[in-house]
Amino acid sequence: MAGTVEKVRFGFSVNKDRQIDYDANLKDIADIVLKAEPTINLCISCGTCASTCTAGQFTDFSLRKMILLVRRGETKGLENEISKCMLCGKCQLACPRGVSTRNLILQIHKALKTGAL
Amino acid sequence: MTFNIFVIPFFGGLLFLLAVLFVRFTAWLATLDKSGRKKLGHGLLNGQVFPATWEVFMESLLHRRMFRQNKLLGYMHMSFAFGWLLLIVLGNLESRIYSGGHINPPYYPIFLKFFVHDKRTLPFELYTLPGFFRFIMDFVLLFILSGLVLALIKRARSKWFGMKRTTQHSKFDKWAITSLWFIFPLRLLAESFTAGVYQGGGFLTNTLGTFFAAFLPVEYLYYPAWWAYSTALGVFFVTLPWSRYMHIPTEVLLIYLRHFGIKTGKKPDSFSEIEIYSCPRCGVCIDVCQMNDAHRTNSTPAYFLRSLRYGTPDNDQNANCMLCGRCHEVCPVQIDTLAIRVAARYDDNKLLAPSFKYLDRFEPADSAADVLYFAGCMGHLTPAVKKAMLKILAASGEKFSFMDEDGSVCCGRPLLMAGLHEAAAELIQKNTHLIINSGAKTFVTSCPICYKVFNEEYKLPGVEVLHHSQYLLRLVESGKIKVNSTGITAVYHDPCELGRGSKIYDEPRTLLGQLVTLNKAEQERENSLCCGGSVGDLSMNHSERTVIRDEALKVLLASQPDILVTACPLCKKTFDNGTEAVVMDIAEVVSERLQPVTKKELVTAELAG
Amino acid sequence: MSRKIAVIGGGAAGLEASSALASLGFRVVLVEKEDETGGHIKNWHALFPNRRPGTEVLQALRSKLSKEVELFSGKTVTEIKQVQGRFEVGSADGWKAEADAVLLTTGFSLFNASKKEEYGYGIYDNVITSADLESAFSAGKITMKNGEQPKRIGFVHCVGSRDEKAGNIYCSKVCCVTAVKQAIEVKQFLPECEVFCFYMDMRMFGRHYEELYKEAQEKYYIQFIRGRLSESTEDHTGKIILKVEDTLLGKPLKIGVDMLVLMVGMESPDITRKLGSELGLLNDSDRFLVSADQHISANVSEIPGLFFAGTCTGPKNIADTLADARSAALAIAGYFENNSNRS
Repeated sequence: MAGTVEKVRFGFSVNKDRQIDYDANLKDIADIVLKAEPTINLCISCGTCASTCTAGQFTDFSLRKMILLVRRGETKGLENEISKCMLCGKCQLACPRGVSTRNLILQIHKALKTGAL
Repeated sequence: MTFNIFVIPFFGGLLFLLAVLFVRFTAWLATLDKSGRKKLGHGLLNGQVFPATWEVFMESLLHRRMFRQNKLLGYMHMSFAFGWLLLIVLGNLESRIYSGGHINPPYYPIFLKFFVHDKRTLPFELYTLPGFFRFIMDFVLLFILSGLVLALIKRARSKWFGMKRTTQHSKFDKWAITSLWFIFPLRLLAESFTAGVYQGGGFLTNTLGTFFAAFLPVEYLYYPAWWAYSTALGVFFVTLPWSRYMHIPTEVLLIYLRHFGIKTGKKPDSFSEIEIYSCPRCGVCIDVCQMNDAHRTNSTPAYFLRSLRYGTPDNDQNANCMLCGRCHEVCPVQIDTLAIRVAARYDDNKLLAPSFKYLDRFEPADSAADVLYFAGCMGHLTPAVKKAMLKILAASGEKFSFMDEDGSVCCGRPLLMAGLHEAAAELIQKNTHLIINSGAKTFVTSCPICYKVFNEEYKLPGVEVLHHSQYLLRLVESGKIKVNSTGITAVYHDPCELGRGSKIYDEPRTLLGQLVTLNKAEQERENSLCCGGSVGDLSMNHSERTVIRDEALKVLLASQPDILVTACPLCKKTFDNGTEAVVMDIAEVVSERLQPVTKKELVTAELAG
Repeated sequence: MSRKIAVIGGGAAGLEASSALASLGFRVVLVEKEDETGGHIKNWHALFPNRRPGTEVLQALRSKLSKEVELFSGKTVTEIKQVQGRFEVGSADGWKAEADAVLLTTGFSLFNASKKEEYGYGIYDNVITSADLESAFSAGKITMKNGEQPKRIGFVHCVGSRDEKAGNIYCSKVCCVTAVKQAIEVKQFLPECEVFCFYMDMRMFGRHYEELYKEAQEKYYIQFIRGRLSESTEDHTGKIILKVEDTLLGKPLKIGVDMLVLMVGMESPDITRKLGSELGLLNDSDRFLVSADQHISANVSEIPGLFFAGTCTGPKNIADTLADARSAALAIAGYFENNSNRS
C-alpha cells in the first residue's frame, strides 16, 4: 500500500502586490488599446519618451511605464496618471521606434474610462 | 390657361422643398446658442445684410473665389448658379408681359413656352420687349448648357480641369446630379419641340424646333417633353435636401450668419451644422489635401464633412487631419473645416479628463525683464534655435528672461487641437498667470504653434505677443542688432501655424532678404505644403508622415538651395530627419550673421526709439 | 596573362582582399579615394576587444600587398561601366582602368551627429563623437574645449542607429563594444574621471566582448545606465546636463557631464549608393548593398563579375570584415574557375 499524507500548509504564498500575476490580470484594456493603436507593439522601453516628457518634469508620469503596466494588465491608478499628459508631442518626435505616442495616450485614456464598463 | 397637370411634379417638389427648408432653417436658427442669437439680432439691424448680400452675389452666383482657384471650374459652377437664377428672374419678368403684369404662380414663368406661343415677333427682333426676352432666355439657356457640357467632361476627364481627383458621389448625390443634368436639356427639348409645332421660340429653340419638325413627330413629343422637364425639376427639388445641393440655400444662410459674426466654436452646434450642409462637395479641397499622399483620401475635407452630415463618421476621419489649413485656403464657400474637425474631436474625447492641478505650485518671482522668451516644448529638441535666440537677445541689449530655461508648461495648443479645450484652459490659465505676473511687456516665442495660441486664445493685457521672426526683424530694423548678408541661397518654408494659421508671410522673408539670397519655392505662402510633423494629426503613423514630409521636401529643395530655412522647431526637426541638406531656423541664420554691437550703438538705438 | 581585378576602396576589406587575390594569382588594381590606404582604421587608436593598436593591423594589411597589386590613391571612382564582358572603372579626373572583375569594398560612413540636434553636437562645446574621441586618444590627450581635463564623461549608445527618426532603423553592431572599449580607455587616460554609459541594450556579440563589459564594470568602475538620452542642455559653466530616464529604476535622471561622447552608427556612403543605383544593384531599406544570398553567396552580386566585401553590405567589425574580404577573393577565384570550365 502506497503511503500518502495530507499536504501540510505553512502559509507560503507570495504577497499579492509583490508580483505581477500575469494570468490573473485582466487584459481587456490592453486588448482595446492594441487594436486601437497597434504601434504600441513597437515599444522597446528605451525611456526616451519619459525623459523628454513635459509633464514628467513635474510629476511621476512616465509613458514607458504606462505602456508596460497596460500590457501587463496592472491598470489600477492609471487613469489618474494618464490625465497628467499635456499632449505636447515631444515624446512622439523623440521616439526611435516610431510609436504614435499621442494617439496611444488618448486611446489608453479612452479605454481606461470606457473599457472597464 | 395657366395650369396644366404636368406642372404638378415641379410645383409639388418645390412646395416640398420650401417646407423642408423652412423647418430646417428654423430649427437651426432656434438652436443657435445665446451669443449666436444676439449676433443675429444685431447683424440684422446694423446693416450687415448689405455686405452679406453682396457676397452672396459674388460668391454663390458668380463664384469669384472659385474662378481664382480654377477658371474652368469657376465658369462651370457659375453657369449653373447664375444662369439658373437669370432664367428664373428674367423668366418671371418675361411672363409679366403675357399675364398683364400680374404676379403668377411659379410654374407659369418656368413653363412659359408651353402656355404662350408668341408668333408676333421674329427671334432676332431684339428691339421689341418680347423679342429681347425671347433672345435673352435662349442665350442664358445656352450659357447653362455650355456649363453642363463642361460638367460632363469633368466627370469623365477631371485631369483636363487640372483636378487630379473628382468627388466620388453618394447615392442621394447621384439621383440629384442626374436629375439636375437632365433639367436643362429637357427644357431645351420641350421648348424646341413646342417651337417646332407652334413657332414662337427664340434663336436657339426656334431653330432647333424647325430642325426637329423636319423628321420627328414633334406634335406628339412636345407634351411628354414638358412632363419630363417638370419631373426632372421635381426629382431634383425632392432629393436636394438630402444631397450636396442643399448647399445652394444653406450657403446663403451661412454667408449672412457669418457676416453677423457667428462662427463655429469649440463644440459642434447648429452653426457648425450649417457649415457642414453648405459644403457643395466641389472637390477643390480634395486635390490640395496632403492626406492623398498618405493614401488617406477618406479623411480629406469633402468626405469628412459628408460623413459628419450623414452621421457616419469614423473616428479616424476626425483624428486624421493635420489642421494645415490648405483646404480652407481654397474652399469657395470658406467653410471653417479646421474648426469643424476640432469640434468633432471634442465629441470623441469628451470623456477624457486631463487634469493639471500639479501645476498649482508654480509662481513667478519678481523680475525686471521686459522681454520673455519662450522656446516652447518642441524648442527643447532644437537647442540650436535656443542658443541662437539667447545669443541674439544678449547682443541686443534687451532686458530679457528665458521663460522655459528650467522647465515650462505646454502652451495648450496641442490639447486644443485634440478638442480638449477645457483641459487646455487650465494650461492657458497657468501660463497667463505666470506671464502677467512676470512684468514683461513683450512675449516672444520661437514656435508658431505656441504663437498662434498665445495670440488668439490667451488674454494678456499689456503684453505684446510676437513670433521670433517678427521680433528679430524688429531688432534689425531698429538697429538693436546688426547683421551681415552672405551670398548663400536659401528657400524659406512657411510653417502652417505661422503662415496660413497666423497670416505671417512677409516678415520672415523681409528678414531673410537681409541675410541670404532667397529662392522661391513652387508652393509657398498660402500654398505651402505641411511638413507632416503636425501635432494636429492624431492618427497617422510615422511612415505616413514620412511620405508627406518627403513630398514637401521635394518641392522645397527643387532649386537646390544651400540651406532650407524655417521658423518652426517641429518643421525643422521633421525636415532635418528627412534630408542630408542643411536645415536651419531663421534665428540661427540671424545669429550666424550677427555683427558685434558696441555699447555706444546700443545706447543710440535705445534713445532713438 | 592572368586576370585583372579592380578593387574599389582601400580600407580593411580592400587591402585584405587585394592581398588574397594576389596570392591566388590575380593581378589587382586597388583604387582608394584618399591619399593613404586604411580607410577608417587609420583613425582607430585601439581595437576591441583586447585594445591592440589599430596601427598594428594597418601595418600588417599594408605590408602584405605584393607587387601584383597596383595601388592608385587619391582617386575617387565615379563610374563603373560594363564593356564587352569586362569592366571599366573611371574617376572624376579622367583616370581609367580595365578589369575582368570588380570587387566593391567601399566601406561605410559615419552618421552625421548634427542631425541629432537634441544631443547638441556642433552646438555645445563638449559634445563629440566616438570618432573624435579616437582621434583624441591618438593625440594622447583628452581635454575639454577650454583645455581642462573632464571629470565626468558620458557615452550615449545608438546615435543614428535603431532610430526611425534618424532614418536608420538597423543596429550598427559595433558601437556598444566600442563604447565599452572607449570607456575603459578614458579611464586609463584619466583614472579619476567618472564614466557613464547610457544604453538601450548592451550588444556584446563577439568573443571576449562580454568579458570586456565585465572588466569595464569590475576594474574600471564604469557605470551603465539603461536609458536613452532624450535631450541635453548646456548650463552656464558649459557643463552638459542630460535628461534620461533610469528605466531600471523607473525614474527620470538628471546628470551633468563635462563631456558627452556620441556613439555614431554606420551608414552606407553616398558613393556606394550612387554606384549601386547606376549599376542597378539591389539595396535594402538600410541602404546597404544586398548580396545574392546572405548565407551561401554573401560576396556575390546579381551582376556576373561584380562582387562585394566588407561593410558596404552592412555593419561589421574588423575581424569579420577581413574574413569577408578573404571569402570574396575565394568567390572571385571560383567565378573564373567556373567560367573557364564552361568555355
